[in-house]
Amino acid sequence: MTSDILLSVADFSVVYDVEPPVEAVREVSFTLRRGEILGLAGESGCGKTTLAYGIQRLLKPPAVITGGSALFHDESGDVVDLTRLDAEQTRRFRWDKISMVFQGAMNALNPVLPIGAQLGDVFTTHRPDLGRRERIEQCAALLDLVGVGRDRLRSYAHELSGGMRQRVMIAMALALKPQLMIMDEPTTALDVLVQREILLQISELRKAFGFSVIFITHDLPLLLEISDRIAIMRAGRIVELDTASQLYRDPQHDYTRKLLASFPSLTGERGDFVRGERAAS
Amino acid sequence: MRFLLSRAAFYLFTAWAAITINFFLPRMMKGDPISAYLAKNQGQISPEAIASLRTLFGLDTERTLLEQYIDYWGLLFSGDLGRSFSKGLAPVTEVIASALPWTVGLVGIATVLSFFLGTAAGAIIGWRRGSRADLVVPFATFFSTVPYFWMGLIAIAFFSTALGWFPASHAYDKGTQPGFTWEFISQVIAHGFLPALTIVVSSLGGWILGMRNMMITVLDEDYVTVAQAKGLTTRRVLGAYAARNAVLPQLSSFALSLGFIVGGTLVMELVFSYPGVGKLLLDATTAKDYPLMQGLFLVITLTVLVANILADVAYAALDPRTRQVEA
Repeated sequence: MTSDILLSVADFSVVYDVEPPVEAVREVSFTLRRGEILGLAGESGCGKTTLAYGIQRLLKPPAVITGGSALFHDESGDVVDLTRLDAEQTRRFRWDKISMVFQGAMNALNPVLPIGAQLGDVFTTHRPDLGRRERIEQCAALLDLVGVGRDRLRSYAHELSGGMRQRVMIAMALALKPQLMIMDEPTTALDVLVQREILLQISELRKAFGFSVIFITHDLPLLLEISDRIAIMRAGRIVELDTASQLYRDPQHDYTRKLLASFPSLTGERGDFVRGERAAS
Repeated sequence: MRFLLSRAAFYLFTAWAAITINFFLPRMMKGDPISAYLAKNQGQISPEAIASLRTLFGLDTERTLLEQYIDYWGLLFSGDLGRSFSKGLAPVTEVIASALPWTVGLVGIATVLSFFLGTAAGAIIGWRRGSRADLVVPFATFFSTVPYFWMGLIAIAFFSTALGWFPASHAYDKGTQPGFTWEFISQVIAHGFLPALTIVVSSLGGWILGMRNMMITVLDEDYVTVAQAKGLTTRRVLGAYAARNAVLPQLSSFALSLGFIVGGTLVMELVFSYPGVGKLLLDATTAKDYPLMQGLFLVITLTVLVANILADVAYAALDPRTRQVEA
């Protein structure tokens, strides 16, 4: 019997061990349900990305995880504490259970390898039993799935547009059917139209495959639209965590109100971004 | 394909320009060492040799410049670069051909070895930045800043004179007949070891430093983080993602150093009395052997070109972005 909870993070802290030390993430706790989209919002430098990298154990020195735990409740019923895995276990765990879509799609792809090879090495590493032909077929199917098309298997990153590159990254993140996908500002570098297409695609894929998403961005209006719940981060702490509608209608923390107020609506003045009331009136 | 054709056209043009400059240079020289030499050695030089020397050095002024130029190309294609004054009037092509294999063999192997060793070491040191592997860097740089002739002499004093492990000079023992015998080959290896070692030791630092610095830059790229997030093995991340990109700038330096193999090993060949091209060029210059000098310049220019072609092909094979031809 698998629980409803997929990931429970407790008292998670990360310090950048420089002079003076920077406490980038301070005793953060939250839980993520299966199939849920959790938005993580906050200003630049508030620790969103550090938290995500910390969960995936991707931080490099001088960043150090100083405390807390991140329990991953696998489909099989196993519970894994991500902070206690050794290097080899971490490597096997990554992408198989939690995959990531990165900020800056522009150079997330290796410029000297065809994208087919970069999709393929996910399979060669994590599914070594897969035959060569099956592997190529899987990669081709993934590219079809995200609308890039299988004829792009042999293309290089510089031959694709920014939107296509981000789709390739999403295809890559889907490859092993992970249970959680961490998206770190996946649409920031794209224009609004492409951004919308990609978001639609992500939500369709999520419906089809049922993975959970942690969606990191500083674009709060976007989060309000797509997330089930939203965590607001500031100076390394989660200051408020609630359902999207609750947070939108009745923000508890000053900082949340300030954030909401800082986005202008399309038609009105700054701070007029209050669609709910507009709809209600 | 279109890329290769456009590169080929470029190199053909460069080769043509180099050869043409080689044609005009002696014609612009003041004075006339050749006719003086010819007058002094009348009767010893065959009429054909005189004719080719006159064409090569612009003494056939009774013909138009265009005719001279065409004759010059004719000589080049028949492989006639004139006669060497200082080597008993032997054909220049033969004189160069006897020195070229020694230089290309010894310095070529040493340079390639140094490139691969240094690049591999640099990749690993860069990957483990901040670890104790960094200690290699100051040592390697120390050896590359030491003047080469001094290091060569120390190597001779230590390994040859004091320890007697390796012979100090020449390419093989006097009196040995060159040939495919074990005796000859083992002598060539023994004689070549010290010069090759000193070349590798003195050039290794540059490769290590260059690769290490590029690795550190590349390791901060997003695609390396992605590769790690994908859970790929360290070997795959290091090889196919980090080093694969970091090695590209190294290739251009490698091409340059390949080009310098033929022209730039004078000091090594002097210190070890090695019978290579550098020593030949020095001999030609001191003896005012103009035909030999001109022939050597041509050969050196062409080797630099060939090295560049190789580097271009390698670059195109390793970096897909350069394969695109700009419209």
